[in-house]
Amino acid sequence: MKRKNLITLGIVTTLLAGLLTGCAGKAAEDADGKAAKAIEITNVSYDPTRELYEAYNVEFAKYWKEKTDQEVTVTQSHGGSGKQARSVIEGNEADVVTLALGYDITAIEEAGLIEAGWQSEFGNNSAPYTSTIVFLVRKGNPKQLTDWDDLVAGGVGIITPNPKTSGGARWNYLAAWAYADKAFGHDQDQILEFMKKLYQNVLVLDSGARGATTTFVENGQGDVLLAWENEAYLSMKEYPGEYEIVTPGISILAEPPVAIVDSVVDDRGTREVATAYLEYLYSDVGQRIAGENYYRPSNKTIAEEFKDVFNLELELATIDDELFGGWDKAQAAHFDDGGTFDRIYDGETQE
Amino acid sequence: MNRKNKKEPRAVKNLLILLSILFLFIMLVLPLVVVLGEALKKGFQLYIGAITDEYTGKALILTAEATVAAVIVNTVFGLFAAWSITKYHFKRKRLLTVLIDIPFAISPIIAGLIFILTFGRIGWAKGILEALDMKIVFAVPGIILGTIFVTFPFISREIIPVLQAQGNDQEEAAAVMGAGAFRIFRKITFPQIKWAFLYGIVLCTARAMGEFGAVSVLSGHLRGKTVTLPLQVEILYSEFNFTAAFAVSSILVVLAVIILIIRNVIEHQMKKAGGKV
Amino acid sequence: MRRSRKKQVIPGFGISMGVTLTLLSLIVLIPMASLVINASSMGFSTFWETVTDKRVLAGYYVSLLCALTAAVVNAVFGVILAWVLVRYDFPFKRFLDGLIELPFALPTAVAGIALTNLYSDKGMLGHFLGQLGIKVAYTRIGIIIAMVFIGIPFVVRTIQPVLEDMDSQYEEAADVLGAGRARIFFRIIFPEIRPALLTGFGLALARALGEYGSVVFIAGNMPFKTEIAPLLIMGKLEQFDYHGANAIALVMLAFAFLILFAINSLQIYYNKFTKQ
Repeated sequence: MKRKNLITLGIVTTLLAGLLTGCAGKAAEDADGKAAKAIEITNVSYDPTRELYEAYNVEFAKYWKEKTDQEVTVTQSHGGSGKQARSVIEGNEADVVTLALGYDITAIEEAGLIEAGWQSEFGNNSAPYTSTIVFLVRKGNPKQLTDWDDLVAGGVGIITPNPKTSGGARWNYLAAWAYADKAFGHDQDQILEFMKKLYQNVLVLDSGARGATTTFVENGQGDVLLAWENEAYLSMKEYPGEYEIVTPGISILAEPPVAIVDSVVDDRGTREVATAYLEYLYSDVGQRIAGENYYRPSNKTIAEEFKDVFNLELELATIDDELFGGWDKAQAAHFDDGGTFDRIYDGETQE
Repeated sequence: MNRKNKKEPRAVKNLLILLSILFLFIMLVLPLVVVLGEALKKGFQLYIGAITDEYTGKALILTAEATVAAVIVNTVFGLFAAWSITKYHFKRKRLLTVLIDIPFAISPIIAGLIFILTFGRIGWAKGILEALDMKIVFAVPGIILGTIFVTFPFISREIIPVLQAQGNDQEEAAAVMGAGAFRIFRKITFPQIKWAFLYGIVLCTARAMGEFGAVSVLSGHLRGKTVTLPLQVEILYSEFNFTAAFAVSSILVVLAVIILIIRNVIEHQMKKAGGKV
Repeated sequence: MRRSRKKQVIPGFGISMGVTLTLLSLIVLIPMASLVINASSMGFSTFWETVTDKRVLAGYYVSLLCALTAAVVNAVFGVILAWVLVRYDFPFKRFLDGLIELPFALPTAVAGIALTNLYSDKGMLGHFLGQLGIKVAYTRIGIIIAMVFIGIPFVVRTIQPVLEDMDSQYEEAADVLGAGRARIFFRIIFPEIRPALLTGFGLALARALGEYGSVVFIAGNMPFKTEIAPLLIMGKLEQFDYHGANAIALVMLAFAFLILFAINSLQIYYNKFTKQ
């Protein structure tokens, strides 16, 4: 009987040990992978940038090979912007981050992984490409929605994700706010009233931009989807002829910024290639790839090439305008607990 | 399989069957139809393309690894835990039982978060891992650990009710006659629990394959490295690749069917060998 | 866990308990402790404020109400399904039996998207129900449907093995003695499957409480109406508020723990009761 016990214990210990050595083995393998001739970097990005970076990574590898004779492999990671930022804070070793909003990168900075001043490290506020918020409506625009004030009319169903759980949706909210601010001449009460009406028309508050698109496109809910311009184009591509894009009179300049994760590149010795990787996004090649994937190139001349796609005349508010005062202030005023978004819903506790 | 006791009035029997079929049809068959329909919506060519994608293959391998690890660890744990809880008297047994269930009670997001808070950059065990040159979260071990965690109670949970229903008389008699623990387990207990054990393994496998929440938090979504099949589905979906996402989901459905076939074969063999169930 | 004074009849207590506790600690307890450690650093008043916020309270309510309803539905249909699958033969039985695990194998998000597709007012079932004036997707009924979906395997698969192994001699004896089927079911069969049913119910309930992936798609997520507690946890995380997320998670965990504990106590009570 004693022997039997020992055998069982043996089996269990072996299993556990096997599991642990398995882990150690994997780690060692990764360390050996970095030969001098080849280099590997990780780009932690957000959701709908896969095709952009898939194309860009090929071009960059070519460029880098030519310049330094080194093979570079870029491992991509995509997910919700906030979630991705969190994973970097929690230990996901990204060399570069290319996220949906500055707030998420600032959070990584606050965790001590990115040095302050990242926003001026690259051109155009470290946003190599931009986008804006547009309306996606059903073919023929049956409800004749042309600007923000059409959205608060009775009987209009709006689909937009929850700004609490979706970084992208915060741009939607702020775009509407920018309109209201202009329309009501900075009158806080009227702006809030407008926002309340707007969100009363929201039928479904999905947790992410992609979920909202599914709700609107696949499940046929609502009359209008508030979406990033590039995502609206992706939906049009997936369902040709079924939807139209309406650009409102005023919207917000959505700047998805990029940054080098200083502590990781210093640790791995990849600063040089990581910097080149982000800089090359501003090259003509990089800018065109962005344009082809429905992001607005920051380079004005390249942007002109895409003027059939983008309404370049659109009036755009920016997050750094006095109205919002940068992400830290905007986040605190609107989206933190007790902010304007919470107040919109607080009034209607009773159904 | 069918017994002699077919004594219910025919009407009751038919009603129950009808109710079951209706319920399963609405709750399970229709969603399945939606998944397969969406997967094939853009034609078979695209479907094959999606499921033979290089990254999908890598995700499949990782999912298989994590599932096998989860089944092994949970089998060991499940057998020992169920045996301990039902065969011995000790204090705070109830507490132990509830502790085992905790992984079910936790939201998968939180299940992922606890490992981040333990092994991540902000975790307290970070120093130990660095000293050992090990990486757990945002690497393969984290995914395996997360999968084990969410499926942890499955096997013990299946076995315990059966053992409770059976009572300990036979085991105790055997013990009095001087049989050792392992012998008692093999000769008396195991034949009683083999069905529950089998179901436990099947459930554990299915859940391990499909686990999404915890793994999503722990993975870092590094394409080709730490992406499991469910994560691959999520990624494809998020990039507006609706059809491909459902195509990859259908792989999981097929895998579930394969598990079912294996289970049926085992069931059949055991019945042939064992005579009475 | 101390060994009780009374000597164990069956040998092997030490090693069984040893293995059980070691694995439990390594995989569950130690990581869980991190959650408590993290939450304890936030101070009681902030903790209390976070977990009793109006919107969070509404979240608990929606989660508990829907999870409980779903678990009851699952318990009722679970017994019927297990019974039918074990006792009767009918066409496609093998196929239907095999589908029971589907909710586990399908990633929760896929399940959520598929269910929403079915039940939205443009969907196959939703369209039909809509004509009857029932709106499922983006309401609490939708949440319940998603929770029923993910919980099915728990009840069915815990009861099935017990029914398979059940000794039919008592049933036969009762039958010979002339007891009616209903009487036989409630007096003889039901007590046998009760522990399994309670377990399955508890597990389905606990799982539904924590479920996120499949519910968010069908829920509509309107604050105070269809916003579940796990979504609020996600919201906190998205604002990099680990403490807040942790606090809500702990409260949800406490609910689940209490429910499981109560079910366990009930089971022990029944066991004693039936033995006497």
